[in-house]
Amino acid sequence: MYSFEIVRPKSVADAVSALGEEEAQALGGGQTLIPSLKQRLAAPAVLVSLASIDEIKGVSSSGGAVTIGGGTPHGTVARDVAASYPALAALAGNIGDPAVRSRGTVGGSLANNDPAACYPAAALASGATIVTSNREIAADDFFEGLFTTALEDGEIITAVKFRIPEKAAYIKFEQPASRFALVGVFVAKFADGVRVAVTGASEDGVFRWTEAEAALSGDFSAAALDGLAVGADGLMTDLHGSAAYRAHLIGVLTKRAVTQAG
Amino acid sequence: MPKDHGIGAAQKRREDVRFLTGAGKYTDDINVYGQTYCHFLRSDVAHGKITSIDTSAAEAMPGVVRIFTGKDFEGIGGLPCGWQVTDKNGDPMQEPPHPVLAQGKVRHVGEPICAVVAETLEQARDAAEAIELEIEELPAVVDMRGALEGGSARVHDDLPGNLCYDWQFGSDTATVEAAFASAAHVTTLELVNNRLVANPMEPRVALAEYARAGDESTLYTTSQNPHVIRLLMGAFVLGIPEHKLRVVAPDVGGGFGTKIFHYAEEAFVTFAARQINRPVKWTSTRSEAFMSDAHGRDHVTKIELALDADNNFIGLRTDTLANMGAYLSTFASSVPTWLHGTLMAGNYKTPAIQVNVKAVFTNTVPVDAYRGAGRPEATFQLERLVDKAARELGVDPIKLRRQNFIDSFPYATPVAVEYDTGNYVATMDKLEEMIDIPGFAARRAESEAKGKLRGFGVNCYIEACGIAPSNLVGQLGARAGLYDAATVRVNATGSISVMVGAHSHGQGHETAFPQVVADMLGIDESMIEIVHGDTSKIPFGMGTYGSRSLAVCGSAMVRATEKIINKAKKIAAHLMEASAGDIELKDGMFTVAGTDKSVAWGDVTLAAYVPHNYPLTEIEPGLEETAFYDPANFTYPAGAYACEVEVDPETGKVTIERFAAADDFGNVVNPMIVEGQVHGGLAQGIGQALLETCVYDADGQLLSASYMDYAMPRASDVPFYKVDHSCATPCTHNPLGVKGCGEAGAIGSPPAVVNAVLDALNHAGHDVAHIDMPVSPHRVWQAMQG
Amino acid sequence: MTKVTMTVNGKTVSKEVRGNMLMTEFLRDELHLTGTHVGCDTSQCGACNIHVNGANVKGCTIFAAECDGAEIATIEGQANADGSLNVIQQAFQDHHGLQCGFCTPGMVMSAAALLKETPKPTEAEIRHYLEGNICRCTGYHNIVKAIMAASGQDVSSIAAE
Repeated sequence: MYSFEIVRPKSVADAVSALGEEEAQALGGGQTLIPSLKQRLAAPAVLVSLASIDEIKGVSSSGGAVTIGGGTPHGTVARDVAASYPALAALAGNIGDPAVRSRGTVGGSLANNDPAACYPAAALASGATIVTSNREIAADDFFEGLFTTALEDGEIITAVKFRIPEKAAYIKFEQPASRFALVGVFVAKFADGVRVAVTGASEDGVFRWTEAEAALSGDFSAAALDGLAVGADGLMTDLHGSAAYRAHLIGVLTKRAVTQAG
Repeated sequence: MPKDHGIGAAQKRREDVRFLTGAGKYTDDINVYGQTYCHFLRSDVAHGKITSIDTSAAEAMPGVVRIFTGKDFEGIGGLPCGWQVTDKNGDPMQEPPHPVLAQGKVRHVGEPICAVVAETLEQARDAAEAIELEIEELPAVVDMRGALEGGSARVHDDLPGNLCYDWQFGSDTATVEAAFASAAHVTTLELVNNRLVANPMEPRVALAEYARAGDESTLYTTSQNPHVIRLLMGAFVLGIPEHKLRVVAPDVGGGFGTKIFHYAEEAFVTFAARQINRPVKWTSTRSEAFMSDAHGRDHVTKIELALDADNNFIGLRTDTLANMGAYLSTFASSVPTWLHGTLMAGNYKTPAIQVNVKAVFTNTVPVDAYRGAGRPEATFQLERLVDKAARELGVDPIKLRRQNFIDSFPYATPVAVEYDTGNYVATMDKLEEMIDIPGFAARRAESEAKGKLRGFGVNCYIEACGIAPSNLVGQLGARAGLYDAATVRVNATGSISVMVGAHSHGQGHETAFPQVVADMLGIDESMIEIVHGDTSKIPFGMGTYGSRSLAVCGSAMVRATEKIINKAKKIAAHLMEASAGDIELKDGMFTVAGTDKSVAWGDVTLAAYVPHNYPLTEIEPGLEETAFYDPANFTYPAGAYACEVEVDPETGKVTIERFAAADDFGNVVNPMIVEGQVHGGLAQGIGQALLETCVYDADGQLLSASYMDYAMPRASDVPFYKVDHSCATPCTHNPLGVKGCGEAGAIGSPPAVVNAVLDALNHAGHDVAHIDMPVSPHRVWQAMQG
Repeated sequence: MTKVTMTVNGKTVSKEVRGNMLMTEFLRDELHLTGTHVGCDTSQCGACNIHVNGANVKGCTIFAAECDGAEIATIEGQANADGSLNVIQQAFQDHHGLQCGFCTPGMVMSAAALLKETPKPTEAEIRHYLEGNICRCTGYHNIVKAIMAASGQDVSSIAAE
């Protein structure tokens, strides 16, 4: 690693101010950033650790939504939303491994927007609102492509408000080495319609499968998806699967998610 | 009643206490006063000409002690290859120089070009970034078939066609052609044995120090065979005589073959420590390991089997391309030849067998032995082929195997080796009992009810372990003897230190070896300790690989212990005023046969060191004996393995539902350890079959270069295994009757897995003849698409 | 440099650390607690697992500066007060849950965290929990068995062989 200092602000305001310094970079749980620092892929002068900011940790529910502090680790989410939003809890409980879940945070995951990460699918399918240090951003406007989001420099995700669907499920088909999603599909049924978000598959990161949403909004059953398929154009091809295979998996996993959601 | 001590007892491992409490001492845990840190600047292109290296700016960076380049190694030896293969025309293999640091050209991604030695590791890394390096990129040679074509780029400029050797072995061409000409059926299969990375969990580390006063070098290194490193590095690379070079391999975190070889990094730190007169340490990162540890496997084969009208195997012919990578690693040349061709008979009495192997240089990391080394490649070809033949002929694959089993021993194969003993029917019978074949139909129905396919696959295997004897392997090109050595040092109080040439890096020698000596002497195991891994403490040793430790080094230990007993009986005879021929040793007591006269073990050992009442004119004081043991033959563990898989027809994902292994390892010293060895081998074989592979792109970039893309087996990828080693036919030529168990699991499991997947698919109506490993979900899905 | 103070295996330690010093470096180089191992650089192998305020954490993916004020447990502090192996360690020895020993410290720390959370885990729960602990030697059979045994479950019916 290149050399840098670490600061540990205790409030969002102090963190924002620290991030205003030259070459400052936010450090969430570090489960993605630290390995990339080891490879010398980043050279911050200061890392601003968000781990000591209590105001961005924790889970609360009200009015059909669950709000998760941006600094809440996956393991806590898996435990604390199990009753209010089981599909989200299950997703959180399957990210990485237990040690990664002790440190990695929902805010860090969304800000990184890895094209194979799980949380972006949950946020997009839930129509979540990403609350930052200075505004609220709808999930539909948040994800802008591979590792790219609507966040501005120095902007911190303080919380994510997930609308709680009537029914939901997330099915992840794991890439055998990294155990990230080779394809992951999150299906969420709300009173006003169904949302389907797909991660791991597209060259542009997480996306909504709108044809499936339309079909499922009329008939929330796996059968409603018969004949629907995502085209392979724009999907990723890598060591672990071709675009065509990913396109196929999207269809399979979406049906399974619908069935599991019940 | 299971034994509670000695040979055959499942003793808990004494080494576990330090490993479980964080008190193990691995190479990276060693730090010495004044130590510097080394970072290698490695090539990021697969093939190129180094046009300039400017280290001046880097030299001036903080903390830099010295920067080394290939120039510093001009006139110093390159890394040697330990086995010379002679090709089918009688010519020696091509053996291009293998420099410690690149000379003029780089030939694979990861090849070390410069080494920065600095006060801290980060300073060394900083300085490495400041080295100005210009490389003129050349076309990369990646595909083996392309490499052999005349127009291909050359990995080594004076080597057109990139051919290391073209080797032919076994029956003559006319004999094999006659067999095929008379065949009622011929089955042909083309397959790839996927390139793997051994991935012991401890990355390699090398730490060297130099004592100028005595001109003595010490290398601490993560090695399976410290004496071999001392020999190769001292004699062939750096010109340091043995008495001035100590090599220590302390606790080593797994090897699996990849820590046999002599590597550039350990030669470099030893050289550099002498140059700068300070200790130099290098610790590999996992990312570095992927591009600097020798890889394994990587064969492409066409194999054909001729059967007569009664389904007897009458001829076998193979044509293999074996990837050597950019340079010949220490034992690379022997793997596709003598460790592979000699096993092509498998468990079957095929009378005519011819093996053809072309070894090819490519711009990839060197390839060498990995758990099984040549024998998994042979087993996979043969056992996939037999399964395919069974499917083509519409016969039961177990029945076809049984019909062709070798059933009388000793058996001389057409591929040079003589199996001393075995019972392939017994292991197959045991396997069938373990896996519950009658229940398979019901299990398949259960899977189908869940929308899954279920398949059953079986295979046999034979391996040749304890590579020997020296005079034979010498004729075959080995540049080393393959004996081993042990010293049994009995102390005055009767406690014993046994210095062994084998190295334990997970195999539990510290527990199992004392069981043997304790049994022979009738004393408690706790009185015996094993010393290994330090050339200054042990007489000599060829190390641990090829499942050889107990069969070869254990035999040396037995011979040395026999010498101890012989001498101790003479002492006891003197003490009891009897004839040595009348002395019996039992339960640690020396007795005069037929009398009640006895002396205890401790009385005799004390007399040896306090020889007041002692036959000094006949025997020397002291009680210490050394033996070197050079076996008469290989040992031939064999067995039968079976696997049941479920396949998700929608995603192609394969899960292992059941796995059973029936092995014949001959006699077993510690069944708990033996079973653990099999478990570990099975996971590596299942890993090869389903998960692991190295992928290079056309430019020679390694795409599977970390655990993010190289799929290591995890706990959730494997089931509880059923293993059995009760069908034992003891080895006929070593004193313990043992055969070796370390590699069996990795050799015997890949074909069973692939055979099971193909059974599942074909039963479900998919006409799929073969899928290359790893049988990933993507590949299974593609196969089902037709 | 930042000054950090933390409790490691019950003892308070204070040190000046570089911002980029990982806990693995802090433990191994500063405190000479070399039982915590480094097996990869992509945060996957788990040989470095330690407990930070009771949570199972990869020591190679957390900075020492982030552990200021924390309670740290490492493999060196796991044995019983009299030095004997604790229940998990003893089960690993009894059931041959280790070979080369390199992944073992991380395995034991993960097993301890699992059993605190789930006192009687099923085989599937154990295998799932060990997703981030890679072992190359044992094939996992005896590790899973040892953890089941450590949790007081009868493992005699698991293919002993």
